[in-house]
Amino acid sequence: MIEAFFNIEIMKAAWPIVLTGLWNTILLSLIVVPLGLLGGLILALLASIKHPLVRWPLMAWVDFFRAFPPLVLLVLLFAGLPFAGLELGGFACVAIAFFLNTGSYYGEIFRAGIDSVPAGQVEAARSTGLSRMQSMRYVVLPQAVRNVMPDLLSNTLEVVKLTSLGSVVAVPELLYEARQAQSITYNPTPIVMAAVIYFLLLWPLVRLLSRLENRALAGRH
Amino acid sequence: MTSHIVDARAIHKHFGTLHVLKGVDLKVDERELVFVIGPSGSGKSTLLRCLNRLEEPSSGSIMVDGIDMLDPRTNINHARRRIGMVFQSFNLYPHMTALGNVMLALRKVAGKSRGEAESLAHAALKRVGLADRADHTPGQLSGGQQQRVAIARSIALEPRVMLFDEPTSALDPELVGSVLEVMRDLRESGMTMIVVSHEMGFARNAADRVVFMDDGLIVEQGPPGAIFENPAHERTRAFIGQIQRH
Repeated sequence: MIEAFFNIEIMKAAWPIVLTGLWNTILLSLIVVPLGLLGGLILALLASIKHPLVRWPLMAWVDFFRAFPPLVLLVLLFAGLPFAGLELGGFACVAIAFFLNTGSYYGEIFRAGIDSVPAGQVEAARSTGLSRMQSMRYVVLPQAVRNVMPDLLSNTLEVVKLTSLGSVVAVPELLYEARQAQSITYNPTPIVMAAVIYFLLLWPLVRLLSRLENRALAGRH
Repeated sequence: MTSHIVDARAIHKHFGTLHVLKGVDLKVDERELVFVIGPSGSGKSTLLRCLNRLEEPSSGSIMVDGIDMLDPRTNINHARRRIGMVFQSFNLYPHMTALGNVMLALRKVAGKSRGEAESLAHAALKRVGLADRADHTPGQLSGGQQQRVAIARSIALEPRVMLFDEPTSALDPELVGSVLEVMRDLRESGMTMIVVSHEMGFARNAADRVVFMDDGLIVEQGPPGAIFENPAHERTRAFIGQIQRH
């Protein structure tokens, strides 16, 4: 058992490869999380224009990308785009797929946040002469983000986990590198290493999330 | 040319099938304090909210300080700077300090520098008796203090008219006095004020004119003494009898 899953020799040998994977996972997260947040913010701001010509296409967009499995989306981009003459590479495909998929999720969260801010806040801001955009930026958004912080964090947690999908399109992130190491060493120990690293990477976020959720619950009483 | 600082004519407002304002005329002189009373649903708050176009009137015309509020070419954000508004539920920004609440529009609308906005905001807070609460967030202030910060937020922009929408209705009785005191002080400084409220004592002492609204129309108006002691209309009499019993 220990030979197979916790083999010290293999750990030593696989460490540099797994470490490369870890850095790439972190790098990937640092790209796709802000990208998803940006996409989400744009969607939510568009949604605050309550015009039917904006609302319906937007709803269709969000529904579509929330219903579409991100793995399928990723494979479609990676395998399909070259036939349209676009050779983007795994990394770019992951970035686009996440922008579309997680952006839609972040968008719904931001939208709920914006809706949670009482209308009186905007009325007060507008009555002092602030424009619609200024009211959104200085009055509504700061409160909206604070109100949905647990959901934003929870979604971010999922996004970081989802970066492991990159392994399917040969992005050398943590899971991909661990599998490489496994196939070289004929031993599953590198996969165990990856699992432990994922846990150590995400556990602080999980703790932070429960603290935020508890505080949100306490704040309601 | 008229000398009215507020001149609203034939204001109608529909909410779907509901006809809330049925042709209201309201003229207010400079430095005048006009009290608007009436049963709930009479349209008095809607009228107030039409004056700074928080509510879009269905028809009519509104001039405030010489600006045509309903002209599409009017820059509504510039126009609103001249019209302060105080809400029943205060509507302070909970994520900012009292000072931050007052400073926001000074910086972003009036374009003041940080230093200038800060000293103007401090002066406004001092005027409402809250100089020592500048660093408190709304959550750390009593209702009366919150409403005074809201007044400071408006007067810091040096408006030409102030609108008060039931400013004391959400307050515990013992906190009402401090807000009325600030309003009295404003009135003495010559501010033009339109107040929707049922604070009859205050109306009696401070108002130049009381306007009674019912069912989307102004039923009658006149000096507080006349309206309260000797109303011409039965509806006014009934309403005043009702609120005086409380």
